[in-house]
Amino acid sequence: MINNIVIVLFDGFAFGMLLFVLSVGLSVTLGLMNFINLAHGAFGMLGGYITVSLMREWGLPFILTLPAAFVGAAVVSMVLERLFFRRLYRAGELNQVLFTIGLVFIAAAVATFFMGTGQQPIVLPGWLRGSVELFGIRFGVYRIFLIVVALTITALLFFTLERTRFGAQIRAAVDNQRVAQGIGLDVQRIFAITFALGSGLAGLGGALAIEIVGLSPSFGFHFLVYVLIIVSVGGLGSIAGSFLGAALLGIGDVAGKYFVPEIGSFLIYLLLVAILLVRPQGLLGKR
Amino acid sequence: MATIDTTRPSSEPLAWLHQQSRWSVFEIVFWLLALVPFFFFPTYLMLANQVAIAALFAISVDLVLGYAGIVTLGHAMFFGIGAYTAGILSARWGWGEPLSGLLLAGAFAGLVGYVTSFLIVRVQHLALIMVTLGLGLLTYELANAMSWLTGGTDGLLGVDSWDIFGYFRFDLWGYTAYSYSLAILFLCFLASRRIVNSSFGLALRGVRENLNRMPAIGSDHRKHLRKIYTISASIAGLAGALLTQTTNTVTLEVLSFERSADVVVMLILGGTGRLYGAILGAVIFLLARDQLAGINPQYWYFGIGLLLMFVVLVMPKGILGGLSWLVGRRD
Repeated sequence: MINNIVIVLFDGFAFGMLLFVLSVGLSVTLGLMNFINLAHGAFGMLGGYITVSLMREWGLPFILTLPAAFVGAAVVSMVLERLFFRRLYRAGELNQVLFTIGLVFIAAAVATFFMGTGQQPIVLPGWLRGSVELFGIRFGVYRIFLIVVALTITALLFFTLERTRFGAQIRAAVDNQRVAQGIGLDVQRIFAITFALGSGLAGLGGALAIEIVGLSPSFGFHFLVYVLIIVSVGGLGSIAGSFLGAALLGIGDVAGKYFVPEIGSFLIYLLLVAILLVRPQGLLGKR
Repeated sequence: MATIDTTRPSSEPLAWLHQQSRWSVFEIVFWLLALVPFFFFPTYLMLANQVAIAALFAISVDLVLGYAGIVTLGHAMFFGIGAYTAGILSARWGWGEPLSGLLLAGAFAGLVGYVTSFLIVRVQHLALIMVTLGLGLLTYELANAMSWLTGGTDGLLGVDSWDIFGYFRFDLWGYTAYSYSLAILFLCFLASRRIVNSSFGLALRGVRENLNRMPAIGSDHRKHLRKIYTISASIAGLAGALLTQTTNTVTLEVLSFERSADVVVMLILGGTGRLYGAILGAVIFLLARDQLAGINPQYWYFGIGLLLMFVVLVMPKGILGGLSWLVGRRD
């Protein structure tokens, strides 16, 4: 029984870390510009397809495709931000929601057109397969890898935000955009860079997710709900909040499906509504 | 100091409201056009029935989203509750009388709407969207888990609607179905039209425009929002019940996120804050889907995505808003 609980906690945490990588970018950009980008999951899907294509067509090793997934999603998001999103920062939330949902529709259609509707399996390198045994419990190597990657990213993000000049600029812009602009910060540029980095992380998350949840054109929709839950529960603009929200959701999801499969997802949504009613700004949100 | 005449200041706004609610010739033509399918496209009556139901659902969403400014991504919850109420009445308890089933479905959806409205008015912005989304998903999962009642993923089998007034049989072609749905749509439209052209409707628009100023001028905005949310939920429930009764099936799809998203898309296409926008949006959306999805479902997704982005960027007020802007310019 104890073994089961440990393994559920471990798997849930690993899943949560995957969700964290997928969603942290949206949390920061939402906190910065209040721009509700429902297409965030679509950038994750893009990263996934980049990894799949590079491994199949060029035979690149999995680990080398991950930076490509990051860069590809970041570049595409930067172009889209320039072309479209920038016009919508001042528009109402409804218009933002609809525009980005439209983008998800198109992304799904394009993905189907080029890659088909089926799942896209990949073959992991040998050193990421299998499991290691510790105290009589078998831990999946790939999940350990996920946790290590996510914790590294978290550390990097915290360092960037708390210790660098650019991080200080982002924090200033999140706290009070008008004052930040008033003292000469180029908020639009800060936002464009943050947006690209966040979408890049989503792309990386999408690539990492293939092994755990698979990849198909509905990825953008499927993960939209997870990502939104994390962002709204954790609190806008808060990396620690996203981390907490993602860990809670990951563990809750896996534990719910393992122990109470009938009503697992029901409990997740119940918790979501309850948390938001008590704290509309999220667990660690400031506003 | 002049004596304050209490009758005049109140009569002028009322006169304005009366003027707003006058029937124009366009509206009469519009409703006459709704009868065209009976004479010219009898093979498309089942589609026309779907359009009428979607239009009714879109009107219910327009009342909360377009007029009161509550952005909802979970309204399928009430549509589905209405659909399942009518379905369970017939399939589980053997009561297939359509009109009473319809009213019960509307009443039950309204009751659930009233209870949830207390949660809805507590939150705004992203939290509001997430709470509506969460409640919608919650209902879906609940219906899925309670498969002994709802049939779960297999859908509810054995729904049978009796003849309306014991006389009009639901035929294969959809004559009765479309007449029935169109009649209910028209009645609900009249009610909604009355609501939005009343002082209550004006107060709702005030809440939409500025949530902080309405309490400042002494308007109890939470009470207004709760009221319209309940009404809207009830109308959505009627739409759901119509779908059950005219198609004799209920599946989990009636509660799905896609249905909630589709109806908002219809509304945006047509134009929010206009009842005819909701109807026009439903007509365009379903006709386009019928034509495009027949070729290839993927074209449909691509097309609707492109259309959405176009409407948001070029015509933020929807097709009807864009049209009236054009007309306004020419005058």
